[in-house]
Amino acid sequence: MEELELLIYFSGFIFLFLLGLIVGGRNEKNHLKKLDIEEKELEDIHCSDIKSFPEGVKPGSTITAVSAQVVIANDYFKTLAGSLRNIFGGEVKSYELLIRRGRREAVVRLKKEARELGLDTICNIRFETSNISNGAEVLVYGTAYERNT
Amino acid sequence: MIVVSTETVPGYRITEVKGIVQGNTVRAKHVGRDIAAGFKNLVGGELKGYTELLTEARREALERMLSQASELGANAVVNLRFATSMISAGAAEMMAYGTAVVMVQE
Repeated sequence: MEELELLIYFSGFIFLFLLGLIVGGRNEKNHLKKLDIEEKELEDIHCSDIKSFPEGVKPGSTITAVSAQVVIANDYFKTLAGSLRNIFGGEVKSYELLIRRGRREAVVRLKKEARELGLDTICNIRFETSNISNGAEVLVYGTAYERNT
Repeated sequence: MIVVSTETVPGYRITEVKGIVQGNTVRAKHVGRDIAAGFKNLVGGELKGYTELLTEARREALERMLSQASELGANAVVNLRFATSMISAGAAEMMAYGTAVVMVQE
């Protein structure tokens, strides 16, 4: 009887663990695939964090600030793996990947915003990150314009 | 109004600096979004509710900064910067700041 009680006690935990592992893993893989496609598609939009305007500005082009942001969270399995890491110390790979994913998504959105405005170059790009309820918030902004080449 | 994150704008000359302008807003998320985010914390992925919330907050901060700039009689804001911070567990602050200037086309 004792084993059954123990199993019931832990079943919720095990369910969440597996849910995170399976659904979370699949979500992440899909997201990375989507990012690969979108990044390729937006390749012609040049990005830099140079303060002055590289590649020149086309006369008459609009020059404006653009910004994009994303809030992204880890799944239960990875959160757990991350907190285990907190005990032993060392590189927390699951969070590393999470933030990298968030940054890539934010840059994709930034490029999309520039394209919507009919502009093809973004300079002086800045990243701003903060943590929000177990996840990460990434804000990215820059100045968009049309290049002169 | 021209708003850029660079220090200068090609084709324009800064004739007068009006000073630093800033706008900020602190936003709290509501319980519904909290619960939805709680579910997302299980499977991972984007927290859309929070993204929307912060996008609104960013627009608001930018808007406040711009109204301050136009009050000063500036026609552009250069060197725009954003900063975010968590004020308490449920609230996030978004701040936008820059230098209000008067520019003329060369």
